[in-house]
Amino acid sequence: MSAAAHRDGPPAVWAHAWRSGAPLLVAVGVGLLMHFAVQPAVGAFKARVLVDIGINVILAVSLTLVNGFTGQFSIGHAGFMALGGYAAGALSYYGSYQLFGAAAFNGGVLSWTASQGPFHGPWVGGGDLLFVAACLVGGLVAAGAGYLVGLPSLRLRGDYLAIVTLGFGEIVRVVLQSTQTQLSQAAEVAATPWPLLTLKLGGALGFIGLPFYTTLFWVYLAVALTLTVAIRLKRSSYGRAFLAIREDEVAAEALGVHTTRYKVRAFVLAAFLAGVAGALYAHLVGSINAGELGFQKSFEVVIMVVLGGMGSVSGSTLAAIVLTLLPELLRTVTGSVNTYLPPAYELPDLRMIIYSLALILMMILRPQGFFGLREIWDWRVRRRPRPA
Amino acid sequence: MDTQSIDPLMKLVQTLLDGFAVGGMYALIALGYTMVYGILKFINFAHSDVFTLGAWVSWGLAARALRLEGAADAGGTPVWAVPVVLLGAMLLCGTVGFLIERLAYKPLRAAPRLNVLITAIGVSLLLQNVGQLRVVFGPYPKSMPALLPDVTLLYVAGVRVPVVDVLVIGLPLVLMLGLEWLIFRTRVGLAMRAVSYNTQTAALMGVNVNRVISFTFVLGSALAAAAGFLYALKYVGLKQPADTTWVMLGLKAFVAAVVGGIGNVRGAMLGGFAIGLLEFLGVAYLEPLYRDVYVFAVLILVLLLRPAGILGRAAVEKV
Amino acid sequence: MALLEIRDLHVHYGAVHALQGISLEVAAGQIVTLIGANGAGKSTTLRAISGLVRPTRGTLVFDGRPLAGCPPHEIVRRGVAHAPEGRGIFANFTVAENLEIGAFARADRVGAARDRERALELFPRLRERLRQNAGTLSGGEQQMLAIARALVARPRLLLLDEPSLGLAPQVVQTIFGIIRDINAAGTTILLVEQNAHLALQTASYAYVLEVGRPALHGPAAELAASPQVRQAYLGLA
Repeated sequence: MSAAAHRDGPPAVWAHAWRSGAPLLVAVGVGLLMHFAVQPAVGAFKARVLVDIGINVILAVSLTLVNGFTGQFSIGHAGFMALGGYAAGALSYYGSYQLFGAAAFNGGVLSWTASQGPFHGPWVGGGDLLFVAACLVGGLVAAGAGYLVGLPSLRLRGDYLAIVTLGFGEIVRVVLQSTQTQLSQAAEVAATPWPLLTLKLGGALGFIGLPFYTTLFWVYLAVALTLTVAIRLKRSSYGRAFLAIREDEVAAEALGVHTTRYKVRAFVLAAFLAGVAGALYAHLVGSINAGELGFQKSFEVVIMVVLGGMGSVSGSTLAAIVLTLLPELLRTVTGSVNTYLPPAYELPDLRMIIYSLALILMMILRPQGFFGLREIWDWRVRRRPRPA
Repeated sequence: MDTQSIDPLMKLVQTLLDGFAVGGMYALIALGYTMVYGILKFINFAHSDVFTLGAWVSWGLAARALRLEGAADAGGTPVWAVPVVLLGAMLLCGTVGFLIERLAYKPLRAAPRLNVLITAIGVSLLLQNVGQLRVVFGPYPKSMPALLPDVTLLYVAGVRVPVVDVLVIGLPLVLMLGLEWLIFRTRVGLAMRAVSYNTQTAALMGVNVNRVISFTFVLGSALAAAAGFLYALKYVGLKQPADTTWVMLGLKAFVAAVVGGIGNVRGAMLGGFAIGLLEFLGVAYLEPLYRDVYVFAVLILVLLLRPAGILGRAAVEKV
Repeated sequence: MALLEIRDLHVHYGAVHALQGISLEVAAGQIVTLIGANGAGKSTTLRAISGLVRPTRGTLVFDGRPLAGCPPHEIVRRGVAHAPEGRGIFANFTVAENLEIGAFARADRVGAARDRERALELFPRLRERLRQNAGTLSGGEQQMLAIARALVARPRLLLLDEPSLGLAPQVVQTIFGIIRDINAAGTTILLVEQNAHLALQTASYAYVLEVGRPALHGPAAELAASPQVRQAYLGLA
């Protein structure tokens, strides 16, 4: 029987359902694997590094959608991360007070790390649902902000977007840092209506005391979904529209690609994912502070995207992994060198100097990044990119 | 602070004075952004770090090379201190600006602007972090020795105007007049304007484009250094080179350039004073916490309503 | 010996092979014209001579010395002035400033002032508009300014790219008259022109380009008479 015979019958529906549902199943599978197989095997410290890697992968891949796919240049990604983190934190913190009476952990085994001791409880707790909702709300708030920032500025030339996103990131930081003191008494929280609660996010001290939910399971669930979305997007007609914008915006417009609409969509999606990353980060550390999410954090993500290859999902993933591990490695190296040096001549933290030199040299010697538009798996198949 | 006890006129005069002082610095930095944008059409993100360098070099010259720490108390600083430190900082930053262009930007002359922008971010991070090294300026805040006596020159509506403030407001004006003359009345200015209008045609006229670009970087960097010197003189406390304070100052100067119309020299001057005044008026009469928000809100408004800036012409993307 | 000698010139724009082996000679004192359809590589040839594009192969020899590796601003100093396609006027400059930048390469102030005077005599309408912004000039006046600006550089070889482009026939007649005068006063001219009829009338020698390749060359009068040229470029049977 030929494949065409399936096209109109019920199997097509199943195929469609599989196509949409499979990534979720795979993502859950990846998450479960990381949580139950990898985490016990590597131990608490390495598990934490893996979580950091996962969050950075989400940030780098999401920024690739903007900086790589459409060739626009956003340098305010940490602002979206901060917005997502604060929005999610507000929901899980004050939501926990209202639902469970305290901002304490109320989740299941999937949100419990081995380092916290043995777990005796349900698979999925009420807190997990609140946490998932918080992550989605964090993403949506960031996406909304992305829409507001993107719509006007994406009509302008690429380098203006850089300025606006930078300014936006700083505005977000300042506004979040000037929020009111957070409430920490159940009675106070109960007596305060929601709109007012969203103003009480800790101000300059940061938003602290958030429940810990982020585990390898949730992070790698999100990583798997992010990667699926990014790769599918790149292969879809959307993706080709994005790349057309990147190659030549005027020509893309002439071919009927509504460039502003596509750019805004890419930007909003990237903001959503950054918001989710912020939410995961907030519930990993148990706090979030906008002061730490300024443009330096944004630049870090930009560096990952640039080094990985602007437009390569696997390249930016790899760059995120390497650049998360590099500081640890450098610390070890300088640390061991410094034991042989007198204190006055000790090597300082060279991480940022190495990053910045790498960035400059990369642009001069290999401006397309390590991978360019290609993916790791494209490498064997063809050595040259398809002619346009 | 009890705002009731302050005379409203004094408060206004003080605010305007502060706004003009900072505005002059913003204008000096904005000129560098705008001149480079006018010629190479890219945002030199590292420019704000040249300003930082200017402030720190001023400190280095005054405190380390000339050992002027405490000289003001012990019988006065020599008169040559201000010009020597100022010119030293301008010369050194001019050299650094020259090297940045030659080593980092020139190899990318034909590359997409995005790549140059990323390189500029790289240069910016490099300058910040090299400045933090202990062998350079070190990772700690320092304070600038006083180079001028703490003498009051005049009172405006009861507000004390020390000699430092006169220099901080006067020097940018003098430098801007000089720049105006250079750009609109001299041969090199003619060449700069020609390169900014159309690089290739300028080359056909016999203009050495590379030399003009180098000159522009040296000039912009020297002006930023002057701004850094004034900042160190007025605010004394210097945060460590990679501190965000510096980047914020540089960014606001960039906003000034965009608001005035990027690529437009007079626009940068106007934008600098506008942003400085706006910032201090906002702090004095609205909410001091939102100091940075006012500036970026104006940026977003300008980009929405008049993307070419106050004095800029509409930027048309060439096909 | 020829003032300008081009041998087997190749130019690539990325993957596009724009010039595929052009050879030509411009003898001192002549008006030589390059004719051909759009995209034949006429402007590219001029851009290669003034150093704006780098040839991938071939030699350019001006006045006995090779131009290879010479940056555009040096080539101007050696005596080649280029009035580019689309006139290349600095629209935000005054007419006077445009003339000043035209003489930028010159060290002798007195000579430059004399040549400016001479150029203004050729184009009296520019003198009336010296203080005006060049962007406000009419198309014909802008073309005059472009030529005048090239003249104040005191070139030995003047490259003119499509001086008739977009101008009324009467203005074109005036400008071509002046071009002949400039040549008569001793300046060698390499003229790129789409209006083959006009070009062959003005020039003494002509080269015909076809998509980056040389097709024909010969004395202008001979080419104007050749049936091939008459049919393809002059629109005559």
